[in-house]
Amino acid sequence: MTNSISISSDPKQNPNKKAYAKQNMWTGILFGLGIVAFIDEVVFHQLLHWHHFYDKSTTDIGLVSDGLFHAFSFIATIGASFLLADLHRRHAFWLKRWIGGILLGAGVFQLYDGIVQHKWMGLHQIRYGVDILPYDLVWNILAALMIIIGAILIYQTNNERKD
Amino acid sequence: MHTHEQYSAASLQIFLAIPFILLFVLYILAVVLSNRKKKAWPTYRIIAWNLGILCAMLAVIGPIADLAHTNFSAHMVGHVLLGMLAPLFMALGAPVTLLLRTISIPTARKLTKTLRSSRSIHFVQHPITASLLNIGGLWMLYTTGLFPMMHENMLLYVVVHVHIFLAGYVFTISIIYVDVTPLRKSYLYRTVVFLLALAGHSVLAKYIYATPPNGIPLDQGELGSMIMYYGGDTVEVGLISIMFYQWYKKSRPIFSNGKEGFAINNTKKFTVVGTDIEEVKRLNANAGMSYREINEWFAKQQSKANTVPKKR
Repeated sequence: MTNSISISSDPKQNPNKKAYAKQNMWTGILFGLGIVAFIDEVVFHQLLHWHHFYDKSTTDIGLVSDGLFHAFSFIATIGASFLLADLHRRHAFWLKRWIGGILLGAGVFQLYDGIVQHKWMGLHQIRYGVDILPYDLVWNILAALMIIIGAILIYQTNNERKD
Repeated sequence: MHTHEQYSAASLQIFLAIPFILLFVLYILAVVLSNRKKKAWPTYRIIAWNLGILCAMLAVIGPIADLAHTNFSAHMVGHVLLGMLAPLFMALGAPVTLLLRTISIPTARKLTKTLRSSRSIHFVQHPITASLLNIGGLWMLYTTGLFPMMHENMLLYVVVHVHIFLAGYVFTISIIYVDVTPLRKSYLYRTVVFLLALAGHSVLAKYIYATPPNGIPLDQGELGSMIMYYGGDTVEVGLISIMFYQWYKKSRPIFSNGKEGFAINNTKKFTVVGTDIEEVKRLNANAGMSYREINEWFAKQQSKANTVPKKR
């Protein structure tokens, strides 16, 4: 096969990376979303048992939102894995942009989970039987930090792309 | 009294099992018959089909089916087996493709023509209709009075179980295209519909957790709901992985054409059995001689070498 035509030894000269900048970012975002949902399910639901499968105060819209995000998160994780494999296959993988995408996706989802699902829809709380405020603060500040760092990385790679 | 109930329950189970036994026998028969004329039918398809039959049988006959009358968790295990796992495995067995290569060519032509032109088949196989039949049917079963009614009425019991299986099968083949697929939708379209259907399934599972069907104790409802939720997830992970893998194979980069391979391409031409015509042409152009062709070529050379010296 002729796979090696467009591959240069210098990664900065690699045109594939820039041509697939969008896919690199979206693969990261989807993956980040999936990772947060996965950590949420495995660590908080199954290992720590802090979260509950169902909270009696859950609203109907909360239930729908939870179902949609649950479905979306694992479809996103699997889809992102295939997209990532596709980028490698094309020699178009851009680590920095991908990580930027992951942080952005993870942060956005965690913020949504922390503010909208936990607080507004009352799906369930982070932990029961304790003062919830410090938990909520850590949760949401962490989310905001991820969004900021992710956005910076995406912004920087955007500039590199235009050079 | 008791023996009479047991008797009718047993006959009900056998009645539901008969179609699957028939399908099992017919599939093996078709494999044997068609292997005589054509190249061997793939082993993994035979294994997949039989695993599917096994899952369905576990759900309709035997201890799980017995328990399902009184125990909601057992009912849910049966539901995951019959409505999700069995259809997925059986779809991987590609039964219609097998049928087409078993029957005579004129009959096969007629059949493909019907499949291609039949509006009702297109309608049922459309991802949205299939999802509504599948998930909508479940909502009806668990949120209305249908569930307790089903255990009173034998006919209703049969209808509901047949529906669970068929709707699960139709849903599976509307998402992954393994077998003959008359109506094709893009990967993105199918992913979105799949997402909504799966969300509907998850929401229903959690809804059952809080409000189980009439006559189900709360603790059984909770356990059954979690079986539905996590069992459903497990099967659906398999289903969507297969679909993405198909995308991955199809969108393999063609380096001379730049980005073409990445786009979700909906303009491709397919034969009714799902062969991507351009893809076959492309592969054939690059293929060179196959193993069999090389052997034939050698055989020809040999026979030439043998016949040339002979004089008439």
